[in-house]
Amino acid sequence: MKYRVAVHILPREGILDPQGHAVADALHTLGFNGVQDVRVGRHVVVDTDAETPDAAREAVRGMCGRLLANPVIEDFEIASVARA
Amino acid sequence: MRFGIVTFPGSNCDTDAYHAVVDMLGEEAVMLWHKDHDLQGSDVIILPGGFAHGDYLRAGAIARFSPIMREVTAHADRGGRVLAICNGFQIACEAGLLPGALVRNGGQSYICDTIRVRVENADTAFTNAYRVGAVLKMPIAHGEGRFVAPRPIIDALEGEGRVVFRYVDARGEPTAEGNPNGSTDGIAGIISAAGNVLGLMPHPERVVDPLLGPPDGLPMFESLLARVAA
Repeated sequence: MKYRVAVHILPREGILDPQGHAVADALHTLGFNGVQDVRVGRHVVVDTDAETPDAAREAVRGMCGRLLANPVIEDFEIASVARA
Repeated sequence: MRFGIVTFPGSNCDTDAYHAVVDMLGEEAVMLWHKDHDLQGSDVIILPGGFAHGDYLRAGAIARFSPIMREVTAHADRGGRVLAICNGFQIACEAGLLPGALVRNGGQSYICDTIRVRVENADTAFTNAYRVGAVLKMPIAHGEGRFVAPRPIIDALEGEGRVVFRYVDARGEPTAEGNPNGSTDGIAGIISAAGNVLGLMPHPERVVDPLLGPPDGLPMFESLLARVAA
């Protein structure tokens, strides 16, 4: 079975995110004054063969642990798992 | 003494490192392709600057899985010396040879400049030819050079004398003004717990030839020669 797994990777809370700061400043300049905080990360979509949705999710979790995310500076979250 | 210089696809300071070792230090160097599995008897491995694998995903994230990194890691595990410069430092952190990570500069932009670092520990295999407290001028050229790590790791690095180089201002003080990229505590270079892996963002290999100004980087290579050859 082929599954499409999407994962969000974001700078860890507490790690200064200069990109997020710059975007927040720009949003304030545009008048979006309600903006409190912005963090900029990556959205990775992996198509993978797996037996079940859970297996696909676990596989991508493992990919995040080894390559897709760096646990020192980033958090990740599986956003969705769907049949592809 | 033989230096092994690793070339990844996207390395661009490997020939500067070769020039430093062969022409200025007068020692032997071999160029090692990232797909090799043989360090060819190298005593010291240099992971040079550049943009290995295009810095895709994160700087160093893909390079750390280049085939030769298995041998480089085994070399380091045996106590072999590794000098990791700029992109090499990023690769060494991703590979777990050094703690922490290098993230986007605080000011967002890529910086190409000459900065000052102070020698914080002159009792290492990489810095014994310097005087502790000496202020060196070295070039930096990086977009992701801000050193970060969890506070307990920073405290351990500081407490164990493993912060080897610190960014300083013109007066030799570690101020925000002297810190080009917002690194935690102005950390510019660190050493492994065993003292055999040094990573730094500035480029010692680019300041080894008196033709280009004070050769502040040459003593790093002389230090290795003195310690490893001894």
